[in-house]
Amino acid sequence: MRTDVSAFVGAYPWRKVPGTSPEAVLAGMDRVGIDEAWITHLPGVWWRDPMEGNAWLHETTSREPRFRAVPAVHPELPHWDEAVTEARSRGAAALRADPTWYGIDPGGSAMVSLAAACADADLPLMLTVRFEDGRQRHPNDRTDELPAWAVRRLIRSNPRLRIVVTHADRGFIEEVHFGATPAEAERLWWDITWVWGPPEDHLETLLQTIGPERFVFGTGQPLRLPENSIAKLDLLTISGEARERIEFANAGVASPR
Amino acid sequence: MLIDVHAHFLHERTPRKDWRERNASRMRAGECVGITWHVASVLGTWGLRSPIYFPSPADVTTANEIQRAIARDHPHRVRGYVVVNPNYTSHALAEIECGVAAGMVGVKLAASRRADDPLLDPICESAARHGLPVLQHIWQHRRREFQGQEASDAAELVALARRHPSVSFLLAHIGGGGDWLHSLRAVRSVPNVFVDLSGSGVDGGMLEACLNAAGVERLVWGCDLTIDTGWAKLRYLEHILTAPDLDQVRFRNAVRIFPSGSFPESA
Repeated sequence: MRTDVSAFVGAYPWRKVPGTSPEAVLAGMDRVGIDEAWITHLPGVWWRDPMEGNAWLHETTSREPRFRAVPAVHPELPHWDEAVTEARSRGAAALRADPTWYGIDPGGSAMVSLAAACADADLPLMLTVRFEDGRQRHPNDRTDELPAWAVRRLIRSNPRLRIVVTHADRGFIEEVHFGATPAEAERLWWDITWVWGPPEDHLETLLQTIGPERFVFGTGQPLRLPENSIAKLDLLTISGEARERIEFANAGVASPR
Repeated sequence: MLIDVHAHFLHERTPRKDWRERNASRMRAGECVGITWHVASVLGTWGLRSPIYFPSPADVTTANEIQRAIARDHPHRVRGYVVVNPNYTSHALAEIECGVAAGMVGVKLAASRRADDPLLDPICESAARHGLPVLQHIWQHRRREFQGQEASDAAELVALARRHPSVSFLLAHIGGGGDWLHSLRAVRSVPNVFVDLSGSGVDGGMLEACLNAAGVERLVWGCDLTIDTGWAKLRYLEHILTAPDLDQVRFRNAVRIFPSGSFPESA
């Protein structure tokens, strides 16, 4: 069993990316052996109202049992709470917000309100640090990456909030994990999409210092080749139990069905 | 056979106290992936006594000595590039002569001088005389200057490659940062520039773009600092290439551009 918590459907605005349809993402999952994917409506990240992509996302996931939706919430738009209610009723895996891409304070009062709403709805909040390597972004794609301090502020803001962070690198993960109390850190999960394998061995180091229970399998497909996250795991020397935790069990804890 | 055309090793005279672990990790991961040959370089003292991309002549000499020692320690797994700093012409040429005599198989140009600068010409002439390929560090579409390196991009490498048509140039780490689409457009019609697939980037669509721009006969496989991303690209290529084409990327193209006999198992 393998659950990809970080997959996208829909076009990317800054370059031509092949395989962004639901069918193509499913084919990619079949190619590498991924059973389930939590999917985000990718173009919505750049829309003024990212919640306008949620209807299509819910419709798509309702037709494909291997998909779980991660609908978007923009917490500075009126009636944003309706998206939370709908996500809850439709069995979403998580709610996502991309505050820097929305142009709002990533640790401000609106995000804190969203964090509380996620906690009340018993849904994890998904945050993505980046979508592309900063060195290759389009010259007009100048949005700041998600800062680590915002994750620290949000996880401290509500004792029942759970957060899944995707596309974070080793330094980001360490800064937040060790900047949180053990109780706060237990409510954070990190996907492995952007963590380096050998010879720098960032993932191996993090599994030793933080523990496998905090990591979930993610790929960033189709923006990135899903083969990479599997190769990373294949290059580790870890127990079968630890690998199962990363590949699917921890995702089930972060977001039970 | 699988040849990693872009590897690096660390050593004790660098800021990295974990150099032994990193080198061992590279070798261990290489065994897991099935890398037959690591073609590697050492970039001076990696910043300890002179900057990584502007190494002093003394650090260049040290680095090449260490690279040769690593190759001697792993005679069936490691080959070496001669690192040079083109700002020191006579030293660079002497390093190449010394390296060739000791079995080094290529020249590594990092970012001490822009790729289209005339100071690179004597180095490329030496590479031509010895039949060595030149691996050129590239920032894919350099839009500005960067601290710590005089980075070159594909357009500048192409200018150099056109001046030295008998030399094979490896455009380093297409996934190593910057706009790879720019690089692929630049090298499309330059037959002596090969695209090194290494780098941490594993963007969807990048490998198809590489194939469209350079063709399977001008792609060479590598890892650089992330073996996991190298393996991921190889796994994806297994899905989109025929077995003979895959072998070109895995090793045949590299065997063709490095000196004859560099990789004995290919005989």
